Amino acid sequence: MTKKNIIQKIDAAGLVGRGGAGYPTAQKWMAVKNALKYKQIASIVVNGAEGEPGVKKDGYLLAHKTEEIVNGVFLAYQFLGSAKTKKVYFFLKAEYYKAYSKKIKEVLKNKKYKLFASRVEFFSKPETPSYICGEETAIVNIIEGRRPAPRLKPPYPADSGMNYHPTLINNVETFYNVSLIDKGKYEGKRFYTLTGAVKHHGVFCLPADMSAEEVLRATNNYPGFDFFVMTGGEVCGELLRSDQLQAPVEGSGLLMVFDDKKTDHKKLLDYWFKFYETESCGACTACREGTYRLRELTSKSEYDKQMFNDLIHNLEESSLCSLGSSLPVTIKSYFENIN
Amino acid sequence: MILKINNKKFSALKGQTILEVARENGIKIPSLCYHPDLDVRAGCRICVVEVKGRDKLCTACSTAVTEGMEILTDSARVQKSRNLNVEMLFASHVEKCADCTLRFDCTLLELAREYNLKLARFADRKINRKTYKFANAVEIDGTQCIDCSNCISACDKQGIHFLKMEGNGCNQEIKPNKENNSACIYCGQCANACPVAAAQEQGEWKQVEAALKDNKKIVVAQFAPAVRVSLGEEFGMEYGVNCAKKINTALKILGFTHVFDVNFGADITTMTEAEELVERLNDKKAVFPMTTSCCPAWVAYAEYYHPELLPHLTTARSPHIHSAGAIKSYFATKNKIDSKKIIVVSIVPCTSKKYEAARPELKYEGRPLVDHVLTTRELAFIIKKNKIDFKNLVDSETEPIFNDGSGAAAIYGASGGVMESALRSALSMACKGSKNKLCSSRLEFKEVRGLKGFKEASVNLAGHKLKVGVVNGIGHFEHILPKLKKYHYIEVMACPGGCLGGGGQPMPTTDVIRKKRLEGMYKIDSGKDVRRAHENKSMVEYYDWVKKHKLEAKLLHTKFSAKKR
Repeated sequence: MTKKNIIQKIDAAGLVGRGGAGYPTAQKWMAVKNALKYKQIASIVVNGAEGEPGVKKDGYLLAHKTEEIVNGVFLAYQFLGSAKTKKVYFFLKAEYYKAYSKKIKEVLKNKKYKLFASRVEFFSKPETPSYICGEETAIVNIIEGRRPAPRLKPPYPADSGMNYHPTLINNVETFYNVSLIDKGKYEGKRFYTLTGAVKHHGVFCLPADMSAEEVLRATNNYPGFDFFVMTGGEVCGELLRSDQLQAPVEGSGLLMVFDDKKTDHKKLLDYWFKFYETESCGACTACREGTYRLRELTSKSEYDKQMFNDLIHNLEESSLCSLGSSLPVTIKSYFENIN
Repeated sequence: MILKINNKKFSALKGQTILEVARENGIKIPSLCYHPDLDVRAGCRICVVEVKGRDKLCTACSTAVTEGMEILTDSARVQKSRNLNVEMLFASHVEKCADCTLRFDCTLLELAREYNLKLARFADRKINRKTYKFANAVEIDGTQCIDCSNCISACDKQGIHFLKMEGNGCNQEIKPNKENNSACIYCGQCANACPVAAAQEQGEWKQVEAALKDNKKIVVAQFAPAVRVSLGEEFGMEYGVNCAKKINTALKILGFTHVFDVNFGADITTMTEAEELVERLNDKKAVFPMTTSCCPAWVAYAEYYHPELLPHLTTARSPHIHSAGAIKSYFATKNKIDSKKIIVVSIVPCTSKKYEAARPELKYEGRPLVDHVLTTRELAFIIKKNKIDFKNLVDSETEPIFNDGSGAAAIYGASGGVMESALRSALSMACKGSKNKLCSSRLEFKEVRGLKGFKEASVNLAGHKLKVGVVNGIGHFEHILPKLKKYHYIEVMACPGGCLGGGGQPMPTTDVIRKKRLEGMYKIDSGKDVRRAHENKSMVEYYDWVKKHKLEAKLLHTKFSAKKR
């Protein structure tokens, strides 16, 4: 029974990927399943790369919900079929790899996982670049022993991922939710990472459609001082004023609070520009050269605002992957909403 | 399907990219990293276009067309992004325009002129990057590199994997890969794929210019089989047109005292090689298969990667080394010229010939047989620099003492050509004096022609069942290696297509263009009266002279030795 209707259950639950992009999970699974009509080998990648700085929820789940995660992956494995699913990769941030591989292996010792466990392999994410090494096509490149850089899409991994075979890549939280859905325990919640100038740091499980303000209040973190927040990620996110917190928290579920008076804005901008420059994989001109020029430009006390705007605009228009196009989101929302 | 480009309707096929459709219809979309033979990476972001309904600009090289698509290739939005990307690339590319052989065909300069770009908008960020030199043949200049990675892809396609990208973002740099025990074989495919001449041949045109000004020297030029069917491309002539006679005129205008045709040398190679093949076939202890050795990149590959195969290589020298030998010995003697005064300049489609010319085995009277090697691109550059209207030059003939070779020589520049030439002569040689009326001296061997990665044929050579194979592109060699023993004779060309696709050839070199150059060569062959090397009487005269004076070791044969990677 389980095997037959897991996809319907996921679809009915309206689950979307928890890695950041928010793609409907059922569609992704079906895309791989459909590709397997013509192809013989599939792979699954469990993405625990958590490349976005500040986000902690994958680590939390790996530590506390190991069995559920493994069960979720196993459900995907059964859905795609053990005859064709030859490899299952746990791709984990280095510290998670060190801390939790053993724990996952323990869970895999369960008899029902016997064949499944023999197909599991563990990969540790390279330290740098951090962000892009969590991007799904970059992960495929890394596991294949290639350079950590994103691939052109299409083709999407569902059609042509690992060694050109159909590949299912989901975030650990997505697999966790699949397990809950299967057991009828999914309540439409997601994991939020609260960080910055908050009283209660950490990972919280709350309804997925909560607004940023509601999340702050529910976690007893609503500040009593002038503040602004960053949602989605600590670097690749959107900046919002305290009166703009009605929309749900998106991306990887991070909410960072800044104390307006205590924030060194120059330092903050420098941190962002340095981050993007260091994190650029180098594949495209807009990002490789653009992030270098932006860091160079903004390191001066006076700079050419026209050039600054042109560089940001160009990243928005012509960067190859989501890293390059997220810089304009961060910087533009900062200048529009905060400063 | 129907789509619109710049508000005009065009039809296109499913699976085509915007760039392909645009170029098919004569719509210009500039690009740098796009190369039809390499995987599309869409890194340079120069071919960006606007597609109605899409938020971001799209790279024309990587975006598939769809029904009803509306594309703008030169809108204000496109120009804004493209121009900024060009300006940023310029700032990572040191302009060495004065000395750059790509100067007359530089996409960066063209765009800068057309859109009035500010080239110095950003300070150069790579001014202190290193130049990596590979022997005396090829180099990669980090100060000029625009990070497109085409060189890496080209090298990977050759199966060598000598180059790799180290680091990331603005700190990344293309470097020789020290971890995989690889060695550069100097084929120059990287140079042929580089859009900005950061990977390029180590130029010798300056030394040649200096030699031409030196009154005490007699500067002689000789040009290889593949140059005549490709040089015209540099001057807007049709692909594959034979412009040997214009090359002769151009070289004379440039100041070369004598001009010879390397095709004559190709006939010497064939003669020497066919003799060796027949000798090996009659020797029960001989090593088989015999392989060709006229491709110096293949020789380098064998020396670095497979020293155990060196006894298989024919000892026959390569065409331009042979003809240089004929110039410095026979020609000098007949004309009472001191051979030390002669400077031989080879013009070749190849970068590894530079390395070959410098090999210690190939010296004559203590000096290199070939003094300088220019690629086809270098010659095109000098002609353009001297403002010679190449397309409209009158035809003229090379000097009669060494003719322009047989038809067999003409096809030397195509993969399978050396094999076919040797078979033509070996068959005749083996049948000579044979009473067997069926002993055939077949002329054409179409099985070994064309652009396939590996080609093979069975040939009846006076009772010997001969199995021959042709490796077209060094990347195919390792696949053939396990079954090498099955063959008697193997031709290996490192560059796809053979010399016509050489690392020193005009850019771009693509499969479509290779095919046209190839057709040009076979056309020369079929139009010749003499189509077998050993029927070239002037060559036989020279050959007999060499044997009479017992100069075989000095002029006809060479040797190889294992080299450390």
